[in-house]
Formats: sequence, structure tokens, C-alpha cells
Amino acid sequence: MASVESERPGGELLVPTPVKIVIAGGFGTGKTTMVKSVSEIAPLHTEELLTEASVGVDDLAGVEGKTTTTVALDFGRITISPEIVLYLFGTPGQGRFWFMWDELAQGAIGAVVLVDTRRLDSSFPSIDFFERRDIPFIVAVNCFDDAHNYAVDEVRGALDLDKSIPVVLCDVRDRESSKTVLVGIIEHAMSRLDAMA
Amino acid sequence: MTGRGDWWYDEAAGPVVRPYAMVRGRTRPVTAELHLVTQVRAMPSASDPESLTVEHLEIMELCRRPLSVAEVAAYLDVPLVVVKVLLSDLIQRGDVVIRDPARIAEIPDRNLLQAVLDGVRGI
Repeated sequence: MASVESERPGGELLVPTPVKIVIAGGFGTGKTTMVKSVSEIAPLHTEELLTEASVGVDDLAGVEGKTTTTVALDFGRITISPEIVLYLFGTPGQGRFWFMWDELAQGAIGAVVLVDTRRLDSSFPSIDFFERRDIPFIVAVNCFDDAHNYAVDEVRGALDLDKSIPVVLCDVRDRESSKTVLVGIIEHAMSRLDAMA
Repeated sequence: MTGRGDWWYDEAAGPVVRPYAMVRGRTRPVTAELHLVTQVRAMPSASDPESLTVEHLEIMELCRRPLSVAEVAAYLDVPLVVVKVLLSDLIQRGDVVIRDPARIAEIPDRNLLQAVLDGVRGI
């Protein structure tokens, strides 16, 4: 069942280049909902074991006695072309899972920090994380039905954001709205690249 | 509730087979670091299928189309660290080929970003 795109000339197997965008924000800001609304597959779920990733044991002697914590990751996929595939990773909880954020952010196009205007402070740690590492990010205000309608400038002010950081309003349940947010972060990453050139 | 048939190993208890039984206690892949999005694709046929475990063969089947390490872990429903060990076996044997993210420590180049932008607009 080899498709015409499965091989390069000469019979070499075609393996796509992966890229990723991180979807961050506080608890309940709609990260998984956003992944779900634009992913071509139902969001997938996998787990990393904290003791392995953080301590890096070489053998399992005594592992039974240790507390093993799993970090859950939810992610989706958008096949851009036979050569490129985009992954969207929702970040796990903040705090003790920062090591996982580092792996997620490494090599990423950039990040979307989702914000719920009812709990603006819940997204502060995400913003700090990307600011400090100089990773391109945009802030997407998820407009829940019962949320106050804030102006973009009010949110920018409340979050004390640099004026170079784009702020967009969105409804992540809506596929087109989520697409617009993704376009926003990719364009922002491109403009940063141009500014550096 | 502890009635008869009320097994302790319900779904929440996780798999009955300890994940590390699949990899004979190994916790570190022997080959280069595999990232979450590293693409894996199986060669058309395994070099010596009889010497592979059921889990290896499942990966070979899954990766007839290119998949990320994270997707393989999700579909097999085992922790990432276990999948990385299994994949490193297959890489060493030459049964799968992989492609790392464009540049792991850097942001992707402009042409790649433009292609992703066009792709997202088109979905």
C-alpha cells in the first residue's frame, strides 16, 4: 500500500520534518480544547515518568521504593505536507513539571499562552517562562461565554506585556478561531526572525 | 466496595505488566537522544522478525507511516521512556529510520515557517 509520496527518488524512505507549537496557560484556560479544535486526530495522551526524566537513573535497583510521578502530555497533529508535520503540545501543570516545559519548548516555533480574563494571574508563570527563555509567544485571550469582555489593551496592561508581544482574542472551541491563533504565533515567529536578520 | 470481582487492578491501577518488563529493566535508550516529535518510520520489513518482541513488532506495524515518538507512546499506551528504549533497539538494528526536529536548539528557518503558515491557513 505504498503511496506515491512514500519514497524519494532512489527508494529512500521519506521521513517528514517535525515542527511544534506549545499551547500554554493556567489550569482551565482551554489548552486541550484548542488542541482538539485544530488537530486532525483526536488529541493523544502520553506519560513521562518523573523519576526517569528528572533524575535519570541507569538501572532500576530500588526503584520500587521511590515515588514515581507521571507527567501527562496531551497533543495533536496537523499534517502540513508529506514533508512537514506540525505537533501541538498542551503544557502539563506548572511548577514541578518545568523540566518537561523545557523539552517541549526546545526547538519549538513558539508558544501560545492562553489567558482566562477571570483568572489572569493563572497564566503569569507561563508568560514568565517564555519571556525568560526568549521564546516567541503570543497571548490569546480565550473569551468564555460568561467572561467579561476586556479590550486587548486592558489585558496587555494587566499582564504587563511588552508591546512587541501580540495579544489576540479567541474562542478556542471554534476551529477557525484557533487557526487564527496559530497563524498569529507563526507570523510572530517569522517577524522576530526577520528582525534578527 | 470490596465485593467479589472487584479487582484491585482496575483501569486506574495501570497495566498489570510492569512497563519495564517490556524492556528488561533498561531505562535509558542506547542511541542518540530521541525527542518527543522525532519522526520514526519502519523499513518495509524487519531484518530478523523472530528476534523481536511483540512490542517491537507493534512499533514496526504502527510506523509503516511516519509517526512521532510521542505518537508511538500514545498508541502503545506505554510511558515515553519505555518507547524510547524499544525504538533505540530498532534503530540499532536498522529496522527504522528517524528524523529529528529541524534544528533542535534553534527555531525553524524562514522557509519552513512559511510552509507551516501556508499549511495551517489551508486546513
